[in-house]
Amino acid sequence: MNDQKIRVLVAKPGLDGHDRGAKTVASVLRDHGMEVIYTGLHQTPEMIAEAAQQEDVDVVGLSILSGAHMSLFPRVRDELVKRGLGDVLLIGGGIIPGDDVTKLESQGFAKLFGPGTNTEEIAKYVIAEMARRRAATGGRR
Amino acid sequence: MRSEPVGWYHPGLVTSPQPPQAPLAERLLAGDKGALARLITWAENADARFADVMRALHPRVGRAWRVGVTGPPGAGKSTLVNEFARYERATKRSLGILAVDPSSPFTGGALLGDRIRMEERTTDPGIYIRSMASRGSHGGLARAAVDACDAMDAFGIEEILLETVGVGQAEYDIVAATDTVLVVLCPGAGDGIQAMKAGILEVADVLVVNKADLAGADRLVLDLEEAVHIREHTKKRPDGAWSVPVVAVSAGKGEHLDLLAGHVARHRAWLEEGRLAAVRRSKRLAHVRQVVEERLDEALWTRGGLAERAGALLDGGRAPYDVVETLVAAILAGDVSSRGAPKP
Ligand SMILES: Nc1nc2c(ncn2[C@@H]2O[C@H](COP(=O)(O)OP(=O)(O)O)[C@@H](O)[C@H]2O)c(=O)[nH]1
Ligand SMILES: [Mg+2]
Repeated sequence: MNDQKIRVLVAKPGLDGHDRGAKTVASVLRDHGMEVIYTGLHQTPEMIAEAAQQEDVDVVGLSILSGAHMSLFPRVRDELVKRGLGDVLLIGGGIIPGDDVTKLESQGFAKLFGPGTNTEEIAKYVIAEMARRRAATGGRR
Repeated sequence: MRSEPVGWYHPGLVTSPQPPQAPLAERLLAGDKGALARLITWAENADARFADVMRALHPRVGRAWRVGVTGPPGAGKSTLVNEFARYERATKRSLGILAVDPSSPFTGGALLGDRIRMEERTTDPGIYIRSMASRGSHGGLARAAVDACDAMDAFGIEEILLETVGVGQAEYDIVAATDTVLVVLCPGAGDGIQAMKAGILEVADVLVVNKADLAGADRLVLDLEEAVHIREHTKKRPDGAWSVPVVAVSAGKGEHLDLLAGHVARHRAWLEEGRLAAVRRSKRLAHVRQVVEERLDEALWTRGGLAERAGALLDGGRAPYDVVETLVAAILAGDVSSRGAPKP
């Protein structure tokens, strides 16, 4: 009897003024059977990593529109690694130019989703990627 | 002497003082929050490793004071937990918060948003916050919540605040397992009469009227005091029985948390006047029974093939209670093996 759910932290780093997009993604992931922890606006990288650790999530999803992704995203990654959470599936979304996508994907981000992304696509990606990872590790955490 | 986890209150050490490959129990005793988080995941998943770790830590369980916080959605429970935690941290080295929210019965998913109101506590090295989805089946939620509290307790946390939305039996069972139960109401949303209908007053050790800054709070306090008075004076009660206080607070403004903390401390002192051991024993018994039921259900119904036997009997046209009699008789006769196929 070992029913593992996919646990996801959806977080908004930085100074964005609204979180409609993040909330939409959170509810779509919920509708795909995931347990989604949402922490609200204006999260620092430390707060995000701290919450990820306390909640023992499988996935961290960052959403940002302010344009500060190149300074904030890598800092979130660093804070996760500092806490021994380098193996968390780290994804992001927002208005992120192609060059930055390439850079972030070489810095520990598994995937970045542009502003026009269909949210269903994000859910399908997370499910497929988690299935792949769990198969590779025998599914035990 | 109590052995405390080193590093728990040293901000620099709380993250990962031990290499992740060290055994979980060791990391836990060293104050690694990540280890606590993983142990709670095992509890949620009903993973057998949970019991293995807790066996060694058993002597450490029982030191934390457990406060249940329940009430209707929107009453301000998360806000209150946040403010109460802030207040309590002045005198307590460590607090744990467990916030339980319902899973969708259709998709099994959950949106857990209680942390939004607790973000000021997120980076406090003396606080651990965990969100838990109800996953609701067979009272497994109450089991997982108690297990999570035991894990925090073993970790060395001094006080645990457990938030649940007071709607169903499962949530009721969870708070009933804590030491002091706060039922939180607010003017408008959950008026006193509704609350009594829902039966949540029965479980309260302290009644909290939140949003005292809003109109109608005084009225609600009076209604509740009257309800408590009626309940406590209609039947004979033992000498020294606990009388449920009603306290008005404004969590949003951080007002009157001291009054609330006073009532919690008084309730604790009351239990510690020779009552605590018996109360906790009966709660522990309920927990053990819950786990036994879960195990038997899994061993007999699922692995033991009872589900198939029942299906076959029903398909054969037998009446439901006939089927029940047959299966119970088979179990009691030792005619069901948990190893798979039924004995010949
Ligand atoms: N006016 C007023 N609003 C409050 C107070 N405490 C909480 N709230 C608000 O009540 C709403 C629900 O609060 P929340 O803590 O999420 O309630 P929960 O669902 O019971 O956990 C939020 O909008 C809070 O800001 C209070 O003392 N006064
Ligand atoms: Mg809440």
